[in-house]
Amino acid sequence: MDVVLDNLDVFTRGMRTTVWLTGLSFALALVVGTLVAVFRVSPVPPLRWVGTLYVETVRNTPLTVLFVLFFFGLTKVGILYSAFTTAVIVLGGYTGAFVGEMLRSGINTVSRGQAEAARALGLTFPQVLRIVVLPQALRTVVAPLGGLAIALIKNSSIASVVAVKELSYLTGQLGNDTARYVPVLLGAAAAYLVLTVPLGIAIEALNRKVAIRR
Amino acid sequence: MPLVELERVNKSFGSLQALRDVDLVIEAGEVVVVIGPSGSGKSTLCRTINRLEPIDSGRILFEGMPIPAEGRELARLRSDIGMVFQSFNLFAHKSILDNITLGPIKARKLPKAQARREAMELLERVGIADKADRYPTELSGGQQQRAAIARALAMEPKLMLFDEPTSALDPEMIKEVLDVMRELAAEGTTMLVVSHEMGFARSAANRVVFMDAGEILESAPPDQFFDAPSTDRARNFLSKILVH
Repeated sequence: MDVVLDNLDVFTRGMRTTVWLTGLSFALALVVGTLVAVFRVSPVPPLRWVGTLYVETVRNTPLTVLFVLFFFGLTKVGILYSAFTTAVIVLGGYTGAFVGEMLRSGINTVSRGQAEAARALGLTFPQVLRIVVLPQALRTVVAPLGGLAIALIKNSSIASVVAVKELSYLTGQLGNDTARYVPVLLGAAAAYLVLTVPLGIAIEALNRKVAIRR
Repeated sequence: MPLVELERVNKSFGSLQALRDVDLVIEAGEVVVVIGPSGSGKSTLCRTINRLEPIDSGRILFEGMPIPAEGRELARLRSDIGMVFQSFNLFAHKSILDNITLGPIKARKLPKAQARREAMELLERVGIADKADRYPTELSGGQQQRAAIARALAMEPKLMLFDEPTSALDPEMIKEVLDVMRELAAEGTTMLVVSHEMGFARSAANRVVFMDAGEILESAPPDQFFDAPSTDRARNFLSKILVH
């Protein structure tokens, strides 16, 4: 274990980047997912098609492929982002497709009467969604969204393929440098647990807090 | 000019024709109670007036103007028409007070303080001011329905639609809701009420409309309708519900 304890700073640096990467990606995923869900329940058919196309394309493509396509593809056409920014866009866009589907199922759990009452009051379609339907939909999907956030922490390790200096990348390097792969990888696994376990607990608490009394 | 006019309105759900050439005129200040057997189209009729149910053919005029298609114009029109549902449909994630101020703040663009003041007055009026900070499920059915009526009234509507407002209530709660509705009727609120409450129809309505199989068969003052219905279908219906 000395190799882990002697290089704790590598782990903490990696964790810091992983936290930022995950946090920003998840924020983006919530925005993308909300848009996707709104598109998919829209009364306007072309918007529904766009939403469906996005979900089916993105969630059926391996994350590694998306990373490589974006990182090298965008560079080829002259658009240059840092590896970190690319990683946020890819992870956020990818996770957003899943968020969208979860929100859509959440929207379907909100009874029709809720939207009808809001429409009858004279709220416009965007207001009905924003004020009445989405807040209730969101409450019903806190637990699955939390699961997605935990998965995202681990998925963020794929950003190492484009050399983002997050936990997996740095610990991988450390393994190479020291040739002590097993303790280093166990250390990395423990570091991921330090992030995911408290998040799981927080999600459960949040879920209880926002549950609608019925 | 009548407040609402329906001309030869037709509406089908698949092969079921819910409304068949319906003509109906509601004058400002009138209380019209629609009765009829289940599936006769009375709820559909109620819901077409604020276009929660789009119609297949015919015309619906509100203050002489055709009801617009979905969009901002329709939203504005709906804000002039209050609606009370069988299942209350209070917003589950908002307190009673927030339920009532939502429409005035978001659709009528009232300042928050004024909306809250008016909402409290309305809650006072329907007798549940002490429940302002509660959530819908913490209230009894009768209290929820009274809150829903207050929510609709907060928009200062020109017309109130009631879609079977007491059908989901326990018997002892029906009266508290009907009392509020009677009071509104007495104040001259224009109301279209779909209901099975014959006592309410008799005492509060200016006119009773009887529907069966999507058609309006009778439209008469309550005394005339209940004492001397002119169609066999209405006589048959009344004999079943009044004697049991």
